[in-house]
Amino acid sequence: MIKDKFDAIVVGAGPSGNAAAYTMAKQGLKVLQLERGEYPGSKNVQGAILYADALEKIIPDFREDAPLERHVIEQRLWTMDDTSYVGMHYRSDDFNEENPNRYTIIRAQFDKWFSGKVREAGVVLLCETTVTELLRDPQGRVIGVRTDREGGTAFADIVILGEGVNGLVGQRSGLRPELKPDTVALAVKEMHFLPREVIESRFNLTGNEGVVIEAMGTITDGMTGTGFIYTNQESISIGIGCIVSDFAESGRTPYGLLEAFKRHPSVRPLLEGSECKEYAAHLIPEGGYNAMPQLFGDGWIVVGDAGQFVNAVHREGSNLAMTTGRIAGETVVWLKRRREVASEANLAEYQRRLEATFVMKDLRKYRRIPDFLHRNKQIFGTYPRLLTAAAQTWFRVDGVDKRAKEKQIFQAFRNGRSLPGLIGDAFKLARSWR
Amino acid sequence: MNTTEVGGGTPGVPPVKVEERLFQNRYLVDAGRPHIKIKAHTTPSKALLALTHLCPAGCYSQNDKGQVEAVVDGCVECGTCRVLTAKTGEVEWNYPRGGFGVLFKFG
Ligand SMILES: Cc1cc2nc3c(=O)[nH]c(=O)nc-3n(C[C@H](O)[C@H](O)[C@H](O)COP(=O)(O)OP(=O)(O)OC[C@H]3O[C@@H](n4cnc5c(N)ncnc54)[C@H](O)[C@@H]3O)c2cc1C
Ligand code: SF4
Repeated sequence: MIKDKFDAIVVGAGPSGNAAAYTMAKQGLKVLQLERGEYPGSKNVQGAILYADALEKIIPDFREDAPLERHVIEQRLWTMDDTSYVGMHYRSDDFNEENPNRYTIIRAQFDKWFSGKVREAGVVLLCETTVTELLRDPQGRVIGVRTDREGGTAFADIVILGEGVNGLVGQRSGLRPELKPDTVALAVKEMHFLPREVIESRFNLTGNEGVVIEAMGTITDGMTGTGFIYTNQESISIGIGCIVSDFAESGRTPYGLLEAFKRHPSVRPLLEGSECKEYAAHLIPEGGYNAMPQLFGDGWIVVGDAGQFVNAVHREGSNLAMTTGRIAGETVVWLKRRREVASEANLAEYQRRLEATFVMKDLRKYRRIPDFLHRNKQIFGTYPRLLTAAAQTWFRVDGVDKRAKEKQIFQAFRNGRSLPGLIGDAFKLARSWR
Repeated sequence: MNTTEVGGGTPGVPPVKVEERLFQNRYLVDAGRPHIKIKAHTTPSKALLALTHLCPAGCYSQNDKGQVEAVVDGCVECGTCRVLTAKTGEVEWNYPRGGFGVLFKFG
């Protein structure tokens, strides 16, 4: 297909692949990027919150023309039962700063924009092209890729795999194992359109301010998972996701779960009168540090979701994708400058550089959390119920004296979960959080 | 596609038809070349059977002989069916050919 040999081939035009391709092309490397979608973003799904810091390190002036929706000034965390929620809301005018810290985005539009920058930097992008396998030399070193195009092979010194969570190329080449049903979440999402004034009055916003809501509780029906509601300029993104093995056991449908979330009495008024224009689903790799595969080898590096770079506790993924992509790109440039080959030994530099960033530090810090959540389902049912019931007892004015109310709340917790159970859960959580 | 959904079991939530949702999406269907195939079987495993409710596009259904069938025109390419049946090997999963399949406008 392509006769020239490239310095690097990047598989995928998501945030990780774009970051890697951009970084290398900016430093003068000859880069080929392959994307299976009709355009970058046409296959991708995200909530979506964009964390400015990771992108700023790649494109410092991205705010000038990136398609940003709203900058986040308020974060809500809701613990829900069937009729109510207990919320923690943090809102600050400090987030109305000159260079805001977080934005909501629409992924298909953002990916298209990022890809435009990548091509301006000189990368050759071929869309509608699915990479089917890695090509190796007799010594086993990766030297290029085969695609589903006619005669579709291409060669390079290194292949960067930014192929996302369903990383078939890496899996089928034996670079990493198949995903496991108990460490991967399935999320479903809808885009609901409303006039911007309506969104602004419902969420108490002006101009480009935005609110994001993360929700947990009985909305996942005892399964490990969370829901989200994000405000865009003229739309609201709403979604919910749970661990695949939990879904399989529960018999619930993902769209039924989303429907119930939308109809919750606390959510319904936010969406009232909206028009749904898209329904999407996607996997999220939530295994964290313990699920991380080998990250590099002779002639290849893996970045983003394909390498399990997702912090599920904080819902961060695209920033880890961009950071790993950038660092992979910088490592390749560094080797090239030193005229060294992309051998496994030399590429260990990629991991060394990653260790110094928030990416590895955070993933290591939370390495016990996925297991904790999976084994302690009361976090998604019993506790939300107890918490909302306690709030109701406390706030309802009904002639019962306050000391009696305190007793009632304490007793409800004791009945809901034994005292050793309560203390044990708190202890286990504290240990996994460390 | 499966037409018999289910409020997901939540009391007070009326049945949800997934095809009404898929209707909003854009697809370029690679006619006659389904990218996902189910291997021939007499009795489906528990995992394969679970896909009749777990597939977010309702692509899987059970026929009168108890076997599981798939029509993947509405597939949103999430990968769930592959991951769930990886151990049993009952699903042969590939991406659609480059350019085909679902096209998200928003994502
Ligand atoms: C519902 C949901 C909500 C989320 N919310 C957030 C959030 O708010 N903030 C956040 O930071 N993260 C969020 N994430 C996580 C985030 O979306 C991912 O971590 C991020 O997109 C990973 O980027 P990536 O480049 O590694 O993979 P992807 O974005 O998946 O990109 C992979 C690309 O490779 C292409 N590709 C795959 N295989 C091939 C092949 N063989 N040949 C050619 N091309 C191929 C794909 O078409 C795709 O374009 C969310 C995820 C989901 C599902
Ligand atoms: S990939 Fe997802 S949407 Fe497509 S058939 Fe499998 S489970 Fe259904």
